Amino acid sequence: MRRIIGLILLIIIALGFGLSLTEIPFAVPKTKVGRYYIDKGIDQTGAVNIVTSVVLNYRGFDTLGEVTVLFIAATGLGAILATVKKKPGREFVPSSLVLSTGCRSLFPFILLFAAYIFLHGHLTPGGGFQGGAIIASAFLLVYLGCRERRVKERSIKAIESSAGLIFVIIGFLGLAVSGYFLFNFLPRGIPNTLLSAGIIPIIYIAIGFKVGSELTGIIDGLIEESE
Amino acid sequence: MIFIVLLVFVMLVAAISACIFSDLLSAVIACCIVSLIAAILFFLLQAPDVAMAEASIGAALVTAIFVIAIRRTKREE
Repeated sequence: MRRIIGLILLIIIALGFGLSLTEIPFAVPKTKVGRYYIDKGIDQTGAVNIVTSVVLNYRGFDTLGEVTVLFIAATGLGAILATVKKKPGREFVPSSLVLSTGCRSLFPFILLFAAYIFLHGHLTPGGGFQGGAIIASAFLLVYLGCRERRVKERSIKAIESSAGLIFVIIGFLGLAVSGYFLFNFLPRGIPNTLLSAGIIPIIYIAIGFKVGSELTGIIDGLIEESE
Repeated sequence: MIFIVLLVFVMLVAAISACIFSDLLSAVIACCIVSLIAAILFFLLQAPDVAMAEASIGAALVTAIFVIAIRRTKREE
């Protein structure tokens, strides 16, 4: 009996989804606000990359919330891992010379790529979140390749908190200058140059450092715990 | 066009096999393949921002975190 009811419910849900999906036109702009951003985004924000201008300028407050969610997740993971008793440091076999040298020489180039991605967030695709994730993957490579190398937990925390603070301070500076939180109070400059788009590059550098240190902290905690 | 169809087909196979595999490590690798092909598809659909986030987080970091977590569990055949 329960199976039949479940099957009937499943069919009803599938029919509902199917019927509503046929009603939605595909690849047709459904909102007018998208066209507005594409037409006026470069003039109003100075960022050539429209996605960045939406993420950090029109919807900057949402991004602050997003960063806060990531911060809370990292803090919660840290709190869970802190309750686990730390075992005395185990000896592990050092990795081979080829592996550790390869990881160590690739590491700065990956960091450079990450820095390029979040510095050019307002010009080319990418930004703080992507750059931060690439920073974390560079640290993951070092953690897996040369296992005796570790990042200091205190420096991770310091970078994370100061980057978050910079984001909020810039938001409040906008509030003080013009009356809106996260207002783009710096000159917008010439579009398509590195020093343009006002506060967007500064915030993206802060987000890059913050996301990178948060994800590195998560990986650091997990690897330390699993050893 | 054929390339996209092939990618979607491989993605479907990987997604279904991630559910079927009884070995957790193989399932995680199948999930990684799904994320990687999703990143390529995002790029082909002209969303490079999303593609970069998907490739670095979905394919690299999530896989690493899952593998670290699975290392702590016991393996039963």
